[in-house]
Amino acid sequence: MATLEQVPDSTEALRRALTQVDPARKRKDVVMRVLVYLAFALAILPLVSLIWSVLVRGLGRFDGYFLLHSMRNVFGGMDAGGAYHAILGTVLITGWATLISVPIGLLVAIYLVEYGTGALARAVTFFVDVMTGIPSIVAGLFAFSLFYLLVGPDSRSGIVGAVALAVLMVPVVIRSSEEMLRLVPNELREASLALGVPKWLTIVRVVLRTAVAGLTTGVMIAIARVIGETAPLIITVGASNSINNNVFSGNMMTLPVFVYNQYGSGLVACTPGDASCIPTINYDRAWTAALTLILLVMLLNLVARGVSRLFSPKTRS
Amino acid sequence: MSQRIDAKDLNIYYGSFLAVAGVNMSIAPRSVTALIGPSGCGKSTFLRTLNRMHEVIPGARVQGTVEIDGVDLYGAGVDPVAVRRQVGMVFQRPNPFPTMSIAENVLAGVRLNNKRINKSDANELVEASLRGANLWNEVKDRLDRPGSGLSGGQQQRLCIARAIAVRPQVLLMDEPCSALDPISTLAVEDLIAELKSEYTIVIVTHNMQQAARVSDRTGFFNLEATGKPGRLIEIDETATIFSSPREQATEDYISGRFG
Repeated sequence: MATLEQVPDSTEALRRALTQVDPARKRKDVVMRVLVYLAFALAILPLVSLIWSVLVRGLGRFDGYFLLHSMRNVFGGMDAGGAYHAILGTVLITGWATLISVPIGLLVAIYLVEYGTGALARAVTFFVDVMTGIPSIVAGLFAFSLFYLLVGPDSRSGIVGAVALAVLMVPVVIRSSEEMLRLVPNELREASLALGVPKWLTIVRVVLRTAVAGLTTGVMIAIARVIGETAPLIITVGASNSINNNVFSGNMMTLPVFVYNQYGSGLVACTPGDASCIPTINYDRAWTAALTLILLVMLLNLVARGVSRLFSPKTRS
Repeated sequence: MSQRIDAKDLNIYYGSFLAVAGVNMSIAPRSVTALIGPSGCGKSTFLRTLNRMHEVIPGARVQGTVEIDGVDLYGAGVDPVAVRRQVGMVFQRPNPFPTMSIAENVLAGVRLNNKRINKSDANELVEASLRGANLWNEVKDRLDRPGSGLSGGQQQRLCIARAIAVRPQVLLMDEPCSALDPISTLAVEDLIAELKSEYTIVIVTHNMQQAARVSDRTGFFNLEATGKPGRLIEIDETATIFSSPREQATEDYISGRFG
């Protein structure tokens, strides 16, 4: 009987040992937990506030009319005008920038991951890192000077802006693609090579195909990085109130420049009693254009997610 | 279909490091040759020189000759890509292409080379290869499902099906069962016994029972010390190697006294 009573005793001792929490550790846990939550709140607060302000101030004018009309023949406090020309300009210029930067970026990344060894690869990596830090205004000046030398003083056009944005995109595309290509297991390359598939086909059909989801995300990040650029576009593309769908000639409007110009125009001095004149019209249009830009980026993100889901490797069906 | 392999005075380097030295080996057609030895002794390195996969690693190179039916694989003008179509390989870890279905994985050697193949030929090739790899009955109803959804043993047999679908002369296997459970291992070993009638097979294994079970001849690799090159100590009939090897080192290794 004595032994039977001793068993619960040792069980109790074990239970105490297992349930007793070190008070210092518990304190540290609470402190760190609070810090982590605070940091999260601090990070999310500006974002929420930003989206809230843009929605509150921009939603009022956000309609089909705004999206489908330009600023041509719009003046003073007229209750009219939209950002169609700016949306078109942003889509075209960013599209051309993507068209220029993705092939370059992807090929450089393939070189670095699949071919590059030694000094040249290290040099490329170094200069890509340097390029990542180029201020956007410098990229704008570079593109402007380049076309000034090639075409002459009258070179302002969408394509110059696209080149400026491409200079900013290329290092981002290289970096993200490089990471993604390195994630492709070496076993897949070897499996393909061992089947008698040449190296270039292995890269195209196996490596790129396996990494395509990540590559899409990388390109999206690069687009998001440049779609809101203002300064280089003011230098290279200028501004316009009319629709211009030719990137090779003439000024173009883009959404960030539109926001900048509208906000800079300030309040309209309306004649008292003129009901059709809205004093804050320029501010309103700026906020709505900002909202449009945010929605555009979100839309592109959704498309990219769809693409990467479609192509990502599936384990179970 | 299958052909003999002769390695002569083969020295294998990683950069300036001599990894395997002086290998002389003859492998008869339609036989299974097992390579055993402690880790790092160069079995896999040697295996990879037989289909020129060794040089895929930067800085890796080879001295000496490897002849298949008298043609030196390292001779002038020999295309490593063509060599790999003749000499297939199965790797240690099953590596089906994750973006492809089971059928597409089997056809990978054809499709990745941008070769056209009509639908009925493709279906026939898939069935023949999967039957050859003893996998057909398990997957015939889900050929369009992802290959990576199969179990480890099935994936490995899928990789074997993929390798034999390009109709190689020789099949190299680098520890094909080391990531598999005993039942899958048994399935792969049965498969090796069947494939022997058509292919010349060279298998690297850490499992001496496996070497004894599947192979006709066994080669023992060893290295004197770390940093020294690995060498082929002896190669003989499997029964001889496991009962009365000529070298003391082989007997020590097989009886578990070291390694």
